Amino acid sequence: MLKVTNLHVSYGGIKALRGININIEENKIVTLIGANGAGKSSTLRAIMNLVKKDEGKVEYDGEDLTNLRTMDIVKKGIVLSPEGRRVFSNLTVEENLILGAYTREDKDGIRKDMEKVYDLFPRLKERSWQKAGTLSGGEQQMLAVGRALMVRPKVLMLDEPSLGLAPLLVKDIFEIIKEIHRQGNTILLVEQNAKKALEIADYGYVLETGELVLEGPGEELLNNERVKEAYLGEAK
Amino acid sequence: MNMSIQEFLQHLANGISLGSLYALIAIGYTMVYGILRLINFAHGDIFMLGTYLTFYGILFTPIPWYIVFILAPALTGLIGLVLEKLAYKPLRESPRITVLISAIGASFLIQNLGILVFGGRPKAFPTPAILERVLKIGGVSVAIVNFVIPVVTVILLIGLNFIIQKTKTGMAMRALSKDYETASLMGININQIISITFFIGSFLAAMGGIMWGVKYPQLMPHMGVLPGLKCFIAAVVGGIGNITGAVLGGFILGLGEIMLIAFLPTLTGYRDAFAFILLIIILLFKPTGLMGEKVTEKV
Repeated sequence: MLKVTNLHVSYGGIKALRGININIEENKIVTLIGANGAGKSSTLRAIMNLVKKDEGKVEYDGEDLTNLRTMDIVKKGIVLSPEGRRVFSNLTVEENLILGAYTREDKDGIRKDMEKVYDLFPRLKERSWQKAGTLSGGEQQMLAVGRALMVRPKVLMLDEPSLGLAPLLVKDIFEIIKEIHRQGNTILLVEQNAKKALEIADYGYVLETGELVLEGPGEELLNNERVKEAYLGEAK
Repeated sequence: MNMSIQEFLQHLANGISLGSLYALIAIGYTMVYGILRLINFAHGDIFMLGTYLTFYGILFTPIPWYIVFILAPALTGLIGLVLEKLAYKPLRESPRITVLISAIGASFLIQNLGILVFGGRPKAFPTPAILERVLKIGGVSVAIVNFVIPVVTVILLIGLNFIIQKTKTGMAMRALSKDYETASLMGININQIISITFFIGSFLAAMGGIMWGVKYPQLMPHMGVLPGLKCFIAAVVGGIGNITGAVLGGFILGLGEIMLIAFLPTLTGYRDAFAFILLIIILLFKPTGLMGEKVTEKV
């Protein structure tokens, strides 16, 4: 499926990523965990070509995406829901969702998917005519996820979907990620909440200062001493 | 200050039609600013090109004038689109001041090309006879253009509003004005939306230019400078980036200007100063403009 090989990214001479290799299998939840500044977001942004890659290759189903424009990568079904929600605050909830389906022409499919998103997030339906900027943080996050689903992603990348949410909402968001996965989606999840992320992930990667230091099935990483100590806040 | 009601109504009609023209031109400034955070200083010159294209279309082609009135703006729209590709797109990643300088350069270039190609001597706009008539209602005689201009403007504004509010392209424009990067993550073709924005802005400016030509039938290559500046002010007064604001600003400016000389004829010489005084006042008391929102700087 989505394969990232030897990814290097730097910002004005400062190396952010040093040779990342990631492989995302179909219908799996894969998570990328790590501290602030480890390069999690940079990895996602480099996949989408929002930042320039110094080196490296991105492939999807054998097709080379490395040098495609962001919009063309989206058309291939690789979708990023960016960190910090980034909903279009000046547009209504419904318009945000319609824009999610910007690349699609199938009117019926779009309408069905919108119903699906509303089923997943009934709160959004109640507020469909409200400007997205007036939503609460949790609702905005739901909208951001819903908007990404409207693209009908083959690989859905979520950057810190639980950031800044109340603990109860965090639980909700992870339930929803599981639900989206059950509906047959492939997910790449970037999280600071390592415990929750690893609990639902099939496979995980641990990033430290731009390098992968560990990888393995989610459960295995959960029980890894090093992960426990550094990311799960459990003493040895 | 003795003014009959008839006189007042004449001034009012005059002010509204001038305001309509300002509004049409101001929209181009505000749309481009909304999306690129750029003051397109060549916009006034695009307006000039629109009137000249109409001039040549009517006099030198067999195309009927009412078709030229659509074709010339469409062609001007394409010129605006090309202007963006040549003067602004290569500088997309550059500091804003660089793009601004490029805009000023483009403005000078178009003006001087105008002198070279069209000649520096003023030309008379070939107003179709039907638009030259004067209507007499009661004691009020009003040039028919002063009715036509607001009507055409309202039709164009309704069309624009439909595009911006109801179409996917319009939604993409609004999204783009808020957040470039996320817009591209939706698969929106940023370059295409920017091109459409320039096309629409230039199209409306040319529409304004045609009606300007009918109202003030003298064409010169520098004719875009002052209206351009004033409409930029109109956009700022209304709150730059906000289309409703630009329309409001245009009408305030047009009506204000006409009423100033109507009520205080001794100040006629200061007619053009009115816009700038208004700008200073707005910048002092409401720098974001009448309908502008507080802008949080994008990071």
